[in-house]
Amino acid sequence: MKQADAPVIDAQGLNLIFQTADGPVHALKDVDLSIRKGEFVSFIGPSGCGKTTFLRVIADLEQPTAGTITVNGMSPEAARKARAYGYVFQAAGLYPWRTIEGNIRLPLEIMGFSRAEQAERAQRVLELVDLAGFGRKFPWQLSGGMQQRASIARALAFDADILLMDEPFGALDEIVRDHLNEQLLELWKRTEKTIGFVTHSIPEAVYLSTRIVVMSPRPGRISDIIDSPLPRERPLDIRDSPEFIEVAHRVREGLRAGHVDD
Amino acid sequence: MRSILPILTVVAAILALWYAATIQMNRAWTEDRAARAGVELSFTELVADTMSQSRPRLPAPHQVVVELWDSTVVEEMTGRRGWWSTGTLSNRSLIHHGWITLSATFLGFAIGTGLGFVLAIGIVHNRAMDASVMPWAIASQTIPIIALAPMIIVVLNSMGIAGLLPKAIIAAYLSFFPVVVGMVKGLRAPDAMQLDQMKTWNASGWETFAKLRLPSSMPYLFASMKIGIAAALVGTIVGELPVQQGGLGVRLLSGSYYGQTVQIWSALFAAAILAAVLVGIISLIQRVTLKRMGMAQ
Repeated sequence: MKQADAPVIDAQGLNLIFQTADGPVHALKDVDLSIRKGEFVSFIGPSGCGKTTFLRVIADLEQPTAGTITVNGMSPEAARKARAYGYVFQAAGLYPWRTIEGNIRLPLEIMGFSRAEQAERAQRVLELVDLAGFGRKFPWQLSGGMQQRASIARALAFDADILLMDEPFGALDEIVRDHLNEQLLELWKRTEKTIGFVTHSIPEAVYLSTRIVVMSPRPGRISDIIDSPLPRERPLDIRDSPEFIEVAHRVREGLRAGHVDD
Repeated sequence: MRSILPILTVVAAILALWYAATIQMNRAWTEDRAARAGVELSFTELVADTMSQSRPRLPAPHQVVVELWDSTVVEEMTGRRGWWSTGTLSNRSLIHHGWITLSATFLGFAIGTGLGFVLAIGIVHNRAMDASVMPWAIASQTIPIIALAPMIIVVLNSMGIAGLLPKAIIAAYLSFFPVVVGMVKGLRAPDAMQLDQMKTWNASGWETFAKLRLPSSMPYLFASMKIGIAAALVGTIVGELPVQQGGLGVRLLSGSYYGQTVQIWSALFAAAILAAVLVGIISLIQRVTLKRMGMAQ
């Protein structure tokens, strides 16, 4: 009872103010959000709305100036040190001097896994992202979509329960993106990870998420939280269903409301 | 092979210009001598004479090539003090002097690269060094080495250090700088995202250095080392001038004492060839290393 219901990520009254040369910037204002285990939560909003900043606070890459946040019941710093999450950045960020397998081994080397276990885990996650057989290639030999899949494999390799993804498919074209979205859902179902996903794209957010957090800028804050009525099983053509269109409409409304302030 | 034609064209142009300059610069002496002897010279005789003087203002290219050949292969194989008859290198040969220069260059380059490497690591990892070292490194390079070299020699000599090391230190003085500049840039090549990524894995400073910063800096290191080794050669030659114990620098200096322009030019060319070979060796190591790292596509 207590364990299952405890939120994986719990933010209360979170504020973050950056001190810049142009004066303070209120990047996050009074953000309250709980994410339960196994949820797929998307953060959507225009640039400057704090969606990436919030993800970075969860990952202990930024420190909030007020409020509390726990990850797996710990401080973000403790959670990071306990390898609670894998983080996928906007760019694949693969090291050009390492093979794909070498790149996936990199966090495992740092975390002190044995060589045999590194190899075994690398194989497993390569299969998970459909890149089995590409381990010995160098990054430049792979397409952009494959590189991003490799970077997801790298984030999965050390078995963190939480996957934080910051616009991972933002730089890819529509067709590749659809394909990767489908694969990501498949992967989420198989691994039962909790996923935090930042995106600019309404269809992507609606298609992937169990919950959509709509954010607005200046100050960055949550303007709407939408629970998706869509089933967990989602073929690509669910995007033509009335439910899908209705959720997308509500997201669009939320984004528009946030813009009125400007 | 496509690239050979433009190179040959440029070489041919330089040679043509050089021969023209040879005639122009050496004719005064030839005409003067002819006038004193009361001889009328034809144009071909004039040209032939300007290219065969023993102490021309500007030696002709072929004279330099012949001198290079004579003072290396011919001297060692047939000379009284040559390697063939004594088993040791002749002190009149460019091979002997080239080796003296080369050994100090290597030692100086090793010291300079090592020092540059250490300073760059310090600058990247330590705020105090970041703020303080670079201005001094830049200031050090603004002092003319020709003014500094004798002082380094004298100071080290008074401390009982003589021979190879003082010259190597002057070489190191010139060669550490490009390595510092290049390595600081190289070690800072990883972007904020890559450093954040390391943080999400809870990587230590050492791991970030060894697995990210150092490999990222390799292309910069090789570029700096190419400049560094050429600078080390120049530093060694300058260091040899006050020491006067052999080396290409001494050949240059003695050539100028005795007006042996052919000797000066051949020593200059020997130094240039040496520099080209050294830079070529670094390029080769660069190519092999980057290829093995998967960074050369």
